[in-house]
Amino acid sequence: MTAVAETLDAVQSATEGGYKWGFSTEIEMDMAPKGLNEDIIRLISSRKEEPQWLLDWRLKAYAAWLKMEEPHWAMIHHPPIDYQDLHYYAAPKKKAGPKSLDEVDPELLKMYEKLGIPLKERAILAGVELPEGEAPQVAIDAVFDSVSVATTFKATLAKAGVIFCPISEAVRDHPELVRQYIGSVIPAGDNYFAALNSAVFTDGSFVFIPKGVRCPMELSTYFRINARNTGQFERTLIIVEDGGSVSYLEGCTAPQRDENQLHAAVVELVAMNDASIKYSTVQNWYPGDAEGRGGIYNFVTKRGICKGANSKISWTQVETGSAITWKYPSCILQGDGSVGEFYSVAVTTNHQQADTGTKMIHIGRNTRSTIVSKGISAGKSNNTYRGKVSVLKGAENARNFTQCDSLLIGDQCGAHTVPYIESRNPTAKLEHEATTSKISDDQLFYCRSRGLSQEDAVGMIVNGFCRDVLKELPMEFAVEAQKLLAVSLEGSVG
Amino acid sequence: MLEIKGLEASIGDKQILRGIDLVVPSGEVHAVMGPNGAGKSTLGYVLSGRAGYEATAGLATFNGADLLDIEPEERAALGLFLAFQYPVELPGVGNANFLRTALNALRRARGEAEMDAPGFLKLARAEMKRLSMPDDMLKRNVNVGFSGGEKKRNEVLQMAILRPKLAILDETDSGLDIDALRIVADGVNALRGPDFSALVITHYQRLLEYIVPDRVHVLVSGRIIRSGGPELALELEANGYAGMVADAA
Ligand SMILES: Nc1ncnc2c1ncn2[C@@H]1O[C@H](COP(=O)(O)OP(=O)(O)OP(=O)(O)O)[C@@H](O)[C@H]1O
Ligand SMILES: [Mg+2]
Repeated sequence: MTAVAETLDAVQSATEGGYKWGFSTEIEMDMAPKGLNEDIIRLISSRKEEPQWLLDWRLKAYAAWLKMEEPHWAMIHHPPIDYQDLHYYAAPKKKAGPKSLDEVDPELLKMYEKLGIPLKERAILAGVELPEGEAPQVAIDAVFDSVSVATTFKATLAKAGVIFCPISEAVRDHPELVRQYIGSVIPAGDNYFAALNSAVFTDGSFVFIPKGVRCPMELSTYFRINARNTGQFERTLIIVEDGGSVSYLEGCTAPQRDENQLHAAVVELVAMNDASIKYSTVQNWYPGDAEGRGGIYNFVTKRGICKGANSKISWTQVETGSAITWKYPSCILQGDGSVGEFYSVAVTTNHQQADTGTKMIHIGRNTRSTIVSKGISAGKSNNTYRGKVSVLKGAENARNFTQCDSLLIGDQCGAHTVPYIESRNPTAKLEHEATTSKISDDQLFYCRSRGLSQEDAVGMIVNGFCRDVLKELPMEFAVEAQKLLAVSLEGSVG
Repeated sequence: MLEIKGLEASIGDKQILRGIDLVVPSGEVHAVMGPNGAGKSTLGYVLSGRAGYEATAGLATFNGADLLDIEPEERAALGLFLAFQYPVELPGVGNANFLRTALNALRRARGEAEMDAPGFLKLARAEMKRLSMPDDMLKRNVNVGFSGGEKKRNEVLQMAILRPKLAILDETDSGLDIDALRIVADGVNALRGPDFSALVITHYQRLLEYIVPDRVHVLVSGRIIRSGGPELALELEANGYAGMVADAA
């Protein structure tokens, strides 16, 4: 049996068990049968009351997907995914999770404790089913204080003219914007997972920053109502008009479980003249147990286009979760003088596999890009940086600086660097630096001789290694991410 | 009080220490001298618990606690401090962050309240001023790009802030200019008192003019072959180790 099928069957049996215990039949009514075909896509589109053009777009993506093959060039291995064995529509999402904390992987609970997450939140994050009558929303409000915060938050944004809402809401309320931009950066048939997403996406965010507006606050998925029920096929679209700017935070440091093992998100960014977009991610999906069982497969397509002159797109990511990470946030530097940045920390432990990196496509003149990638591998994990810097003919004076550092912990893990460089303009200046190192016994002993525990010493050295990336994160995120890095690697040394 | 009895130690299967007996009472400063490769640094590492430096026989206690049985950080919590002969670089780790984390780890282990950032900065600045160190030393990454002498001074700064009860200084004077030498000596002398003891490993009698030791021990081939007062250092300076080794044999 395929891995995804196993998980889903487990979910299925729990759900079936759930009915016996008297759960709402709403689930039954709103769960599409397993499998993917045109009818399912029509069902999704009609449930979301979408316009015809979007249905057509989805169907076209589906037709493209049918002709495509799952990519196999990445350094990842997993049992085959049976795409006909998934539910592509289920709403409202009721978690068919463990019944109490006793049923949750104790390692996961330990991690919550170390991250300082209160007991009540731990249950929610672990996907524990709450007893009937105790609506999860209430608990979530307690977690993020969301109702009151979100309300003031929305008012401030509206005043500034910023649109920030679930993408399905944007399809309804701002169809002309969505129609203009969706798929404009990542075409529906871009790659296997993007095509799948285009056909079946159900959740995600939409952000529109009008001309000259600097978004008055950091936009975080925390504050989106129901953000906890992150979809399996999320689609996010961010558009910033001339002179506008926004900083968007995605994810959460607390490890989250999800009943969907396969995740295939798409994120598209569009920056016009002098616009800037800073997109920060902390990804900590459940990595599976120590053997890697039950972890999330995360196949993400993220791409931004610097359409206007002197625009800027900056990706920062801290990836510590998931059994498999397949992700290459990229920048198309079309506008003259535009700037692309990619700052990444990817941590793999146990049996995790990460194949991640970026593409910087220099099209405009005087375009500049910076890539700083820090890969940390421990246990039996594999960590690959895969990057491409491509300078097209017209990109006079393009500049790229790439720094790829790998840190190995133990001797059973792997670190790989696969940089592609392609330059068709002789004025381009491209620099690439790469290092591979180990946490040395000298460093550990030095720290410990000063009183630091082994784990604090590892945390300190690893955070030092990642400093150039962490300093790009917004303050609040950076502090959490530091803690997360230390906790993720606990027990990896010695 | 540091008490070492019949201490033998190996690196891999190579025996380095061949039976060390040494007592440093509280309040005293002892110097250890000896030729290159004698085992001086090894003694410091074994006492502070470096992996790969295995005590194969004998005892080492500090104020009654068995040192050899516990983790390096536990030894630090007891008050042990090793100023490294070759201080280690920690890229990306700010000196201030490192020092405050270390200080608070020690305070926690001793059941004391942690020190907040402003309190720490005040303490660190005062110590740096006393050691004539520039303020930007705190902002720089631990030992990264430091000159040889700056690294040694940074060790002394750490010692001044962490306030150990037993300091082992492994050639902290090597590579220092005259002014720096005096500063290092001041750092040690400032800590001197009834609850502080130190083991000062050095090749040069000159340091001992600034830090006057209560006892001087001569370590050769993993054994202490002679002990005496400060005058022993002068004798070594005049005659070298050769004669002494012949006498001891
Ligand atoms: N990792 C190691 N593997 C094998 N032998 C080692 C190792 N480290 C040290 N030694 C050996 O142990 C012996 C003692 O070394 P140690 O560093 O303690 O000498 P020392 O007295 O401090 O010398 P110096 O005055 O040059 O600093 C030397 O012969 C050295 O070569
Ligand atoms: Mg030495």
